[in-house]
Formats: sequence, structure tokens, C-alpha cells
Amino acid sequence: MMAYIIRRVLYAIPILIGVNIITFVLFFVVNSPDDMARLHLGVKRVTPEAIQSWKREHGYDKPLLYNAGRSGVAFLTDTIFFQNSVKLFSGDFGLSDSGRDIGYDISQRMWPSLAIAVPTLLVGLAINITLSLMLALFRATYLDFWGVVTAVVMMSISSLFYIIGGQFLLGKLLHLVPISGYDTGWSALKFLVLPVIIGVIGGIGSGVRWYRTLFLEEIGKDYVRTARAKGLGELRVMFGHVLRNALIPILTGVVVVLPLLFMGSLLIESFFGIPGLGSYTIDAINRQDFAIVRSMVFLGSVLYILGLILTDISYTLVDPRVRLS
Amino acid sequence: MIAIGRRWLAFALLLPLLLAGCGDGPWNNPYPASDAGRNIYYSSFSERPKHLDPARSYSSSEWDFISQIYEPPLQYHFLLRPYALTPRVAAGMPEVRYVDADGRPVTRDRAAFTDYIVTIPAGVRFQPHPAFARDDDGKPLFDRAHPERYAHVNVLTDFGATGSRELVAADFVYQIKRLAFSRNHSPIAGLMAGYISGFTALRKRLDAAWKQLDTDGEEDTPWLDLRDFDFAGAKVLDRYRYRIRIKGLYPQFRYWLAMNFFAPMPWEADRFYHLPGLTRKNISLDWYPVGTGPYMLTENNPNLRMVLERNPNFHGESYPERGMPEDARNGLLADAGKPMPFIERAVYSLEKESIPRWNKFLQGYFDASGISSSSFDQAVRFNASQEAELSEPMQRKQIALKTSVEAATYYMGFNMKDAVIGGDSTRARYLRQAISIAVDFEEYISIFLNGRGIAAQSMLPPGIYGHVDGAEGINPVVYELLDGKPRRKPLSAALALMEKAGYPGGRDAKTGEPLILYYDTTASGPDGKATLNWYRKQFDKLGIQLVIRATDYNRFQEKMRKGTAQIFSWGWNADYPDPENFFFLLYGPNGKVEHGGENAANYDNPEFNRLFDQMKNLRNGPERLAIIERMNRLVQRDAPWNWGFHPKAFSLYHAWYGNAKPNLMARNTLKYRRVDAKLREHAREAWNPPVIWPLWLGLVVFIVSLLPAVWVWRRRERSAAL
Repeated sequence: MMAYIIRRVLYAIPILIGVNIITFVLFFVVNSPDDMARLHLGVKRVTPEAIQSWKREHGYDKPLLYNAGRSGVAFLTDTIFFQNSVKLFSGDFGLSDSGRDIGYDISQRMWPSLAIAVPTLLVGLAINITLSLMLALFRATYLDFWGVVTAVVMMSISSLFYIIGGQFLLGKLLHLVPISGYDTGWSALKFLVLPVIIGVIGGIGSGVRWYRTLFLEEIGKDYVRTARAKGLGELRVMFGHVLRNALIPILTGVVVVLPLLFMGSLLIESFFGIPGLGSYTIDAINRQDFAIVRSMVFLGSVLYILGLILTDISYTLVDPRVRLS
Repeated sequence: MIAIGRRWLAFALLLPLLLAGCGDGPWNNPYPASDAGRNIYYSSFSERPKHLDPARSYSSSEWDFISQIYEPPLQYHFLLRPYALTPRVAAGMPEVRYVDADGRPVTRDRAAFTDYIVTIPAGVRFQPHPAFARDDDGKPLFDRAHPERYAHVNVLTDFGATGSRELVAADFVYQIKRLAFSRNHSPIAGLMAGYISGFTALRKRLDAAWKQLDTDGEEDTPWLDLRDFDFAGAKVLDRYRYRIRIKGLYPQFRYWLAMNFFAPMPWEADRFYHLPGLTRKNISLDWYPVGTGPYMLTENNPNLRMVLERNPNFHGESYPERGMPEDARNGLLADAGKPMPFIERAVYSLEKESIPRWNKFLQGYFDASGISSSSFDQAVRFNASQEAELSEPMQRKQIALKTSVEAATYYMGFNMKDAVIGGDSTRARYLRQAISIAVDFEEYISIFLNGRGIAAQSMLPPGIYGHVDGAEGINPVVYELLDGKPRRKPLSAALALMEKAGYPGGRDAKTGEPLILYYDTTASGPDGKATLNWYRKQFDKLGIQLVIRATDYNRFQEKMRKGTAQIFSWGWNADYPDPENFFFLLYGPNGKVEHGGENAANYDNPEFNRLFDQMKNLRNGPERLAIIERMNRLVQRDAPWNWGFHPKAFSLYHAWYGNAKPNLMARNTLKYRRVDAKLREHAREAWNPPVIWPLWLGLVVFIVSLLPAVWVWRRRERSAAL
């Protein structure tokens, strides 16, 4: 297995370089270093000298991808792309274009993101599995039919609707929780209730449909028929056999998203004023802070690759028939 | 067993709400229960401030914070209108002297330089800050020689030890030198280089010195001590007096002395923030201000919350004793002569979205609010005489509405370098005048701004010297008087101008080709589409086909710099209340294409330029007013802009909020404000009682809906196999 993991890690390097190049090209197609300087220096009274000075100080006065004025290795290394990218592979995110340490900011902002994402994932998982098991149990009844219809309706509704509706109902009408905000420590709990509820409800539609499909697929298999033939009750069949076997795709689906929980939710963080990593990325895009955008895309890619590797490993753990080679 | 199960169910359902509601007061209170009844001001901000360094900061969202902390020599009077400057940290208004090239006193008309001599009072002290902390030997406690003393630090408060010292004239001079230093990227450095004597030379010397600094072995950038550099433009005269030397005449410079750029900066703070390793911990002058003002920043988390607390070292200031006649009637002089600030603490929460911000204001969790378009109809209605008044729900909550026209202008600009719409030919001028009449900005204000603006007659908004109200101030090209009131000329007048321009019915009289014009914009989305469609319809009234060239902000800026845009919309917020700060937007040597200036229309009329040069150095008076009128008539005739509108700010205040008077030039107004914390507590409790019964109802509905399913399932379980 170790050889497999090492091989996957090595595969990740060209992928990350590719992601870095694409991010770089996309960013600089839209924004030139001059545009970035103008935005950072402000919209009023910005002189060409100030722009040049800012670019020089931040290393944006070099050519983008190749330096025609240099020879040898410097042809590639004395460029904005190389100077900005090489440190990422050593885990050094460097300073943002506004001068703040990106690594420090990420370490501070990942906790609020996790504070929402982890309970949303766990509670959502529990509720989705319960509801989908219930639908599978009552399959081909009115409850199953209307359950599926409700799930389709729920997954068709924009998450923005859940957010605004939740804030209106629980925060504004019923006065049960703060409409928005965040705090540190235990004081954060009262601010987490609403975003977690909304996150869970927003995920019920797609989650229940997906898990119901998994359970129904298992129910049709021979071992379930055998269990029933042995005289086991339906509840025992569902929880003792169907659930356990259907957990394999559920578990692997969960493992792949685990690392991405760090990245936060853009909409929820924005509407609830939560200082997480989701809003960090979108703020950076709006401010044309390439250093942060590059770092967050890189981090997202690394976490995604990590998620896929963990998924492969989890297959071997939950299904002994699977061998990594 | 069943009883235990029920108890657990009830507990599980209520747990989140219990957690939400733990503590006293309303459950939806976003603030700690321990803050209830305290003299705290609550507000919000929608955009994270980028810079808190007074040398760099130039946006209103940043000045809302640092203006409470830093104290420039002057400030705007809180109550008097038109806006008037008064001393802030200075002992009095600056003494102005005119000197020749050798520094000898001369009369104003022969002046080679103008000296501004500022005197500050003794005994003013900086806020407590670790930069001033000293060890037993009187040496700085935190310095490069002792990195172990701050190795554990992550935020400023971790330093533990703090100190202070008296404000001296050298601190102001140090800050002016910082404006010249390229590494500080001051946005006004380019402007000040044209006015402050020796500024450019100092800049070059500082940059050269910076390059020579040996950075070997340093983790972070080394510190360049600006005290070592002599500077003709700013000199310390004695401990409490300093002099700023301006090239020639620039009477508007006194307004700059009311801005944070000219606030004092202690050299100790600059040295402190250059200590190795602090940048990596995001501890910088751009993040943690050091001032002498009434407040100091005690929590700086711009992704969540900014907290200002009263500066224990504040030198003291009294509430103004003079105001406008209506101020006494409105209770704004009730605190006259009382020591400020009134509020102990100010909590600003990040609220990016307007809906939660508005709802929290209605719940009493923010003390004041603006009005977004989405909540306008909920808050305001227009009475029979078209005056804005509060809706009934707002009145029931005793919310107060204050409106004021902003010192800003938004306009539709014509690129004067364009072959069709630009230039000084009669044909192009008639075309611009026709468009100015046809584009009905009264309608625009009504549809898109909910009436929050007034149509502009010239570049000068109300409150700026030179603005003339009423019949005398109308733009005679676009408006006519009807019953003594200005009314936009009828469309027939615009069509007649089109004919005179050689475009009858929107077609070129010579070629018969339809006239196609191009509007460059960054507007997008549903709101943008509605606005752009409206513009199309306005041009269509003249038979002109308007082609929208929507683009992103960067490309738009590039077009403006290169002069390839034809028609565009732009705006300007005044830096200071002087007509020069508006007329310079049409000053030829300030053209965007040729000089990279702020004259986006690239208007260049020698007569206007000459009048501007005359006007800018004159004192307010009949002579200046006459020139302003001539300048207005010139640009109204040439119509390089379609004079759009001056926006109107609508602000709402709760009943517990005191001393609310909009001051659109000053940002340091927190010290004047007052809150009645008890009244606020009562209101919050009355407005936010928790409503629980819908939760129980929902639970019952859920259980009841399950019953038939359970019945079906049980029947299936009991049925015999076929």
C-alpha cells in the first residue's frame, strides 16, 4: 500500500503544477499587474510611478511566464510565475499582496469554517441516512413517493433561499437565534445553530435521494432475500444488513469531502458574517490579491488529491476484497 | 423507558435553542449578555478595511476607524454649515506666512512659498502601546537586541507591557516624511510632490538610502529612521511647533491638514513595527494604529469585528457650543461644553449582506443604519408633497430619519477626444446638449435611487462654495424656469438641437446613416440590465442607437486611460469642501489620456483652464464667486458631462441614539455620539421575545404524518406471504 501512496503523491506533483499554471493564466488574463497595483493603491490619485513602485516591491515587475531578456535557467525562473509558485511546493504561502502572512490567516480562518462544516456533515449524514432508510423501509408507499418528491423539490431550491428563509424564520420572526455573526470559543455555539440547520436542510434533498438509491440497490440483492427467508424482521434486515453494506459507498463519499471541509462555504460564511476560508477566497478574488487566490487554489487542489487518496485507502479498510496495487 | 426516551427527544430538540438562549436577555442577541446595559455603540461595516496606516489609508471604510484614533491638526466643525475647519489636536488654526525664495516674508501675491506653522498644546499623550514600553534602564523594552522578549507574541496584546509619551511637533514631521517614502505607497505622494517643497528630493534620498541598507541576516525588512533626513518641506521649529512649506500658493492645503495623512506618527511605532518577525505575525502599522485620539483599537479582526475603546490618555475635548439655529431646536446643543467622548466602547461587526444588516438594525442590535434599495419601501414613503418620511412600522419604533445631500457628483461623461461626440465643434456640442436634455435624470433618480438624489445643475453639489440654489443656479442649457422652478426642457428642444447638429431624427443629414453611439460600462446583472435598457430608451428618444459595451472594471479603466471609450458614467466624492476639488475634474492639464489625471472626459478648454488657475488660489468672496459662475456657464455650454445627480444619504437612528447630525466631510464623529443603553435594552427585550410554539407544532405535524406510514408498515409486516 505504501508504494501505491507514494506513487499517488508523485502523480500529484504534475497535477499541482498544471493547476498552478491554469490558475496563473486565468488570473492574469483578467487582471494585469497594473490593474492589481491600481486596486491595491486605491482608485484616487494613483500615479504611474506609484504603480511601478508597487509592482517592483511585490515582484510583479517581471515577465509573466518567461523572461526573454534572460538566458539559461533564468529564462524561466526570473518570472512572476516561478517566483510566486516555487515556494508553494515547500508549504510556504508567503505574504498576501496587502502584506499579510497567508499561512497565518489560513490557520486562523480554517477553524470557523470547520466549526460549521463538521457539525453540518455529521448531523446531515445522520439525518439523511435516517430519512433515506425510512423511505427505503416504506418503499412503494405514499410516504416513499412524497418523500422523493419533497427531496427533488428541496434539491431544486437555491441554497440562497434556505439561508434567507432561515434567517427570516428563526432569526427575525421567532427570535430564537442571532440572524448573523460569530464569536470565539463556546460563545460561537449560538451563532452556529442557524448555519448548521440551514446547511443540513439544504443538503437533505440530494443526500436522501442518493442514499435511498444505495439502500434500494442493496435491498434487491440475494443476501437480503436470504436474510428475509431466514425469518428476520424488516427492521433487522435494514439496520443489520442493508445499512452495513450500503455504508461502503457512503463512507467513501464522506472521506473524499473530509479535507475539503477546510475550504469553507462561500455563501453561508458571507451571509452569516463568519470569518472562514470561503469568504477569504472570494474577498481575495474581489481585491485581485493573486497571492491569496493562488494559495487557496493550491491548497484546495492538495486537499482534493488528499481526499482521493484517503478514499482509496478507506476502500481497503471497509471492503477486504479491495487491494491497492 | 418510554419516559426517558421522550425526555431525551425533548432535550435534543431544545439543546440548540438552549445553547442559543443561554444567558439573560433575548435569545437572538448577537452580543455577550455581560455587555447588556453598557455604554457601547454598535455598528457594522460591509467591507474589510485594507489599510489602517494613515499614510496609506484613503477610503471611507478605513477612515471610519482610524479617524477616531489618529488626530490630524484640524477637523471639520461638527455642527456648523457650510463646513468649517477648527483645530483638532492643534492649539489653534495654523499661522500662514508667505515667503520668497530666500525665506523672507513677502506679501501673498509675491509669495514663492507658503508656510503653514502649526502649534500643538503641551501635555497631549499617545495611547498606551508596547512601542513606548521601556525597561529599567529607560531603553525600549522591545527591540532587535532582545527578540526573546517578544518571541511568544501572536497579537499586539500579547506584548503585555505598554507605555506612552508626550506628543511633540517632530511626530507630525515624521509622518510627512513617511508620505514621501516610496515603500509606504501613500496615495497622495504624487499630489504632495507638486505642492510640498523638497518632497521629491526627499523621496529620492529615502529610496536611495533604503537600497543601501544592509539586509543581511535580517528576517524582515530593516527600519529606516526618517529622523535622520533633513526635509525643507517640514521642519520642527521647537518642541511644540512645526512648519510645512508649500510651493507657491495652495490655499486648499488647510483641508489636507484635517485628513489622517497629516496625523502625527511616533518614530517609536515605526521602529517597533519593523522588529524582525512581526510582519510574519501580521503585526504591522497597517493593522494596529497608534494615535492620540479619543479611541484606540483594542480588537482588530476585520473579518469579524473591530472594537474601539476609550483612550485612557486622551487629552480631552468639549462638545461644540455653537451650531446652526435648528441645532438647538433639535437638541444637538444639549451637550454643549461637556467633555467628550460620551461612548466608552464601539463595536463594529462585519455584515457583508444588506438583508441581515437591516434585520439586525430593526431588532435593535445596530444603533444606526443606512437604507439599501431592497429595504427602502419598508422604511420610507413619500408624502403628498414628495418629501420622504418614515413608514408606520419605523415610526412605531421611534426611529428617526435624517437626509443630506452628499458632497459628491455622479455624471455621464463624453470623451472629448472622440471624433463623433467629442471636440469643440458646434455640431458635437449641440449633440452633447441634446443628449443632456433627453437623458432624464429626474426619472433615473426616481426609478433607480428611490428618490435618493437631486438632479445636478452643475458639478458643484449643495454645501460646496459656489453652488447656487434655485432659479439662479439652474443649467440654462438643459433646464428652463416654470413658475419659478427649474424644469427639464421638453424633448422638442433636444430634437431641435439634434437637427442643428446635423442629425435630424437621429440620422446623419449628409449620409442618411443612423447615428450610433457607444456607452462603456461595468454594469452587469439584472440591476445593470434594467439601467442599461433605460439608457437605451433615453437615447432612443432622439433616434440615437445606443450600443452598450459592457466590460469588467479593469478593461473599463484601460479604455478610459487610452481614451477609447465614447460615453461613460463616473462619479467623484469630494476630498474637501472647496470648488477646486470639483472643477479640477475638467481642468485640461489634468486630462486622463495625456496626463493620467482625473479629468476622465479629457475636456481641455483654454478659457476654463485659465479661470481655474485664477479661481483655485482665491479666497472665498465675490471675485471667486464670479469666476466660478463663468466656469459653470462655460462647461454647461460645452457639456463635456451630462450633469447627472448628487446622491442623497438617508440615515436611520434609533431613539436611544443621540447627537445624530450627518457630517459628510468629517469621519471622526464617534466622540460626539451618545447612546441611552437602558432604553436600548428595554427596546431589545420588547422587540425580540423568543417564539417557541411553532417548533412544537412542527414536531407534532411530523409525528402525525408518520402515523399512517407506521400503520401501513405494520400491516405489511403482519400480512401473510403469498
